[in-house]
Amino acid sequence: MKAPRFDYERPTTLESALELLGGNRDARVLAGGQSLGPLLNFRMTQPDLLVDISGLSELAETRDEGDAVVLGARVTHSAIEDGRVPDPSRGFLARIARGIAYRAVRNRGTLGGSLAHADPAADWVTVMALLDASLIVRGASGERRLPAASFVTGPLTTRLRTGELIVGLRIPKLSSQARTGYFKFNRKPGEFADAIGAVIDDPQRGVRRAVIGATEGAPFVIPDAAELLRSGSEAPISRAVTSAGFHAGTYEHRVHCAAIKRAVARLQ
Amino acid sequence: MTTAGVTATAEGGKDIGGNGVGARLRRKEDARFLRGRGEYVANIAMVGMVDVAFVRSPVAHARIRAIQKPTDLGQHVFTISDLTDVKPIVADSGLRGFKSSSQYVLAHTKVRQVGEMVAMCYADSRSEAEDLAEKVSVEYDELAPVVDMLSALESGAPLVHDHWGDNVFLETRVDDDLRAIRERAAITVRRRIRTARQSMAPLEGRGVVAFYDRRLDQLTVYSAAQMPHINRAGLAGCLGIDQGRIRVIAPDVGGGFGYKGILLPEEVCVSWLALKLGRPVRWIEDRFEQLTAGANCREHYYDITGYADVDGKLLGLDCEAMVDSGAYSSYPFSACLEAAQVSSILPGPYRMERYACHTWSVATNKAPILPYRGVARTGVCFALELVLDAIAREAEKEPYEVRLANLVPSEAMPFVNITNKYFDSGDYPQCLRRAVSALDIPKWRERQRHAEPDGRRIGVGLAIFCEQAAHGTSVYFGWGIPMVPGHEQCAARLSPDGILELRIGAHSHGQGLETTLAQVANETLGIDPAQVRLIHGDTALTPYSTGTWGSRCMVMSGGAVARACAEIGKRVRHIAGKLLEVAVEDLVLEEGEVRVAGTDRRMTLAEVAHVWYRAPQLLPIDVDPAGLETTMGYKPLKDTGTFSYACHACAVAVDTELGTVELLDYVVVEDGGRLINPMIVDGQIFGGAAQGIGTALYEEMPFDAQGQPLASTLADYLLPGATEVPAIQIDHMETPSPLSSFGQKGIGEGGAIAPPAAIANAINDALKDLGVEMLESPITPRRLLAALAAAGK
Repeated sequence: MKAPRFDYERPTTLESALELLGGNRDARVLAGGQSLGPLLNFRMTQPDLLVDISGLSELAETRDEGDAVVLGARVTHSAIEDGRVPDPSRGFLARIARGIAYRAVRNRGTLGGSLAHADPAADWVTVMALLDASLIVRGASGERRLPAASFVTGPLTTRLRTGELIVGLRIPKLSSQARTGYFKFNRKPGEFADAIGAVIDDPQRGVRRAVIGATEGAPFVIPDAAELLRSGSEAPISRAVTSAGFHAGTYEHRVHCAAIKRAVARLQ
Repeated sequence: MTTAGVTATAEGGKDIGGNGVGARLRRKEDARFLRGRGEYVANIAMVGMVDVAFVRSPVAHARIRAIQKPTDLGQHVFTISDLTDVKPIVADSGLRGFKSSSQYVLAHTKVRQVGEMVAMCYADSRSEAEDLAEKVSVEYDELAPVVDMLSALESGAPLVHDHWGDNVFLETRVDDDLRAIRERAAITVRRRIRTARQSMAPLEGRGVVAFYDRRLDQLTVYSAAQMPHINRAGLAGCLGIDQGRIRVIAPDVGGGFGYKGILLPEEVCVSWLALKLGRPVRWIEDRFEQLTAGANCREHYYDITGYADVDGKLLGLDCEAMVDSGAYSSYPFSACLEAAQVSSILPGPYRMERYACHTWSVATNKAPILPYRGVARTGVCFALELVLDAIAREAEKEPYEVRLANLVPSEAMPFVNITNKYFDSGDYPQCLRRAVSALDIPKWRERQRHAEPDGRRIGVGLAIFCEQAAHGTSVYFGWGIPMVPGHEQCAARLSPDGILELRIGAHSHGQGLETTLAQVANETLGIDPAQVRLIHGDTALTPYSTGTWGSRCMVMSGGAVARACAEIGKRVRHIAGKLLEVAVEDLVLEEGEVRVAGTDRRMTLAEVAHVWYRAPQLLPIDVDPAGLETTMGYKPLKDTGTFSYACHACAVAVDTELGTVELLDYVVVEDGGRLINPMIVDGQIFGGAAQGIGTALYEEMPFDAQGQPLASTLADYLLPGATEVPAIQIDHMETPSPLSSFGQKGIGEGGAIAPPAAIANAINDALKDLGVEMLESPITPRRLLAALAAAGK
């Protein structure tokens, strides 16, 4: 299938991009195009206008804010994988990036694009919720910050308002003793996940969180996961997965339990 | 040239050097393929070409009440009312009781599957054609669909074809009196076994570019096709024009696997439109169309009972088998290509006393079932080999021991089995033993005694089968489908500069025929393979052939090339004899030269050709006028087919928490007779085994209760990739077939036959202590965890 006709603009300033996105036309943002491309070809989205943000150099910038790192929304998965951007996570983000789809997708796919697309099975949706990152969002009325943990509200739906654009992510730095664990269950490397378990144990910052990812909608965040993190504790894991909406005895329940269990076992 | 006798070589598959039969010659065609310079249908661009998009049914079963064309561009939209001169595709079998279906190339009163074409739209681009298709409105009166083949047979089920009275294309029976063996059987195992519907997935989908040549008054159709001469015959029939007015060209084709051995309604529609418009017309199938509307295969159900004595020696089999044939009978192989074969091949490589089998080819509201590598054999091997393992567990014996007690022994070869199949040659027990030894089953049994550190469970499994290939006239005549293979032909021409042109009507799309047939020419004529050009896949340039299917080309086209080259050699020696003034008997063909034996007098093939074409004044008056061009036909004297065979053995680790399976080791021991090019055979086996691994663990086209196909992208339809296919060890045996020109046997499909059975047996071996037995492919995490949960694990 091929996309229907649409207009295309490639602004070079954030202001003109926001102006295009805030206009009367049904506009969609084109970042890496790795999800939008197929959606256009399947005619599942038929926008009047594509706003290509590849000309917005400020969205590719990164900066160190002391207790956090800000990554521009256009940073690609492979830039994170290759360590070409500052790392707040002691190698965690690079490990995650390496497991996203395939290298060809990682070369084009972007951090902001992945979050804006909000596929529940996407790695960054789960990981940014786990790290308590915030999204920096710009719109006609200015800038606001949204916690990643509540940004995704359902499959392919977010708190982003019409006309708004994700410009970057602010990711808190992990302390020196922080340990992270991640397990993604997919049928083949690079395919969509059936289940994701993500855990962090950062005693210096008092952070012990877990996220059940690849859900039916929003990632399920467990802000105080101390009990889960104690190894071998299957009952609390099972309870948490049930709370995340998966009924005991189902395939989904089993694989999500296994994912969290293995994420805990992989804490490093 | 026939090789007689059975001499299995211990060193099968080793490069014997040279450029002839048996050499591991690098593939000539790879010069373009590996550089991305293949020429496929979608590479063809023509001035004034228009693109076609089809309006396809979104529902599985409905009556069409009305079709509304858009008011502005309605003249660019066609329905069946516009194609009144086009006949539907009909592919009947001559088997008694076969019910005929008419597949109209655009829906006629009713749609019977999701994706069935309702209207054809054209525009200057595919995108605009799809815009137009979106504006066509169709009113459907939905009918209850027939989705599952088992419920399709219940009384009161909706009817796919109203006038049939039931949903059965064909029912066949092999009857036998099983009472005696039932009484004697110490072991009786009954299993209900299923294989999922799949979608074969060549890298390139189907595609057509058609245009009308006014000068030649000829429709030229470029099509991604395996059987261009059959496509031509089918197109001529549907369009009602002479075959001579149609030229079908299959250019480079990116994998066929059976999907491209079918006349598609899309080809007929595009050809009709090219004739109507007088402009080139193109349709390139996309993956969505391929998965949801076109490429469907494999779906089998077996209710099978094996009877054995206390040691597992097979007394007999009793089976009811069904194949979900989908909505229409596809041209030319028909809707019974799978089920009707099941009854004749189910006994596999084993001996038994009694055998009964009852089959149904069932019509449902799904895409027609099409041939896919291993046709019927993959499902049959799965059912039979799972039963053999179940018998072995009952007998408390190693599965290979039970098989050794039942395989046809080498001293019985050639052997006529219980369904009258003629096994031409081979040593099945040796094949099995070599697989057991290559996998080192005792090593895995030892490992199974200790718990794995990661908690996974280890299992070993194997499967053995034999595969009839290159079967010919006598076999297909009995089946009575629109295509009966006869003599395979090769037109050979030594050109003025000594290049040998070989023209065959079959097509090479991964088989490496441009290389292997050059090796056959080398073997026969002594010519350098670099001096040989294979011309294939063009009905205007090649002799008639039923094409590439049934693992037949190396036997059939190989035999035809050998015969044509022998004739060219005879003529070369005749001319050279005149020129060198020696007797023909004193001349030998070696290294591209014709030599006077025992002397240094010689002429190159190019010199002989030069005289014949460009310096005929040198020829004496009595030279034979036949020249250096000939067409020769070939068919083995006995055309029941070569029987290649193989044993696949593997070790797996099963993760009972996630339901996943890792292949730890995989061994294939196979016997393709004399191998023309062992390297190419290795490639065929690797590729086939990868597809078999897909069947075993990944590939499935599920449908919902309304008949909606649920896998519409390759994110939903999982294919094995580099990380899912282990390094496969191959061990070749080479027992020459007494039937073929060099002893070669067809092996193109075999790799895809045994993996589901071998892998399922290994999984069941790993899970036997848990009381879990997997009987349905693919064995996905979801199925495995459900089975574990059902067993309380």
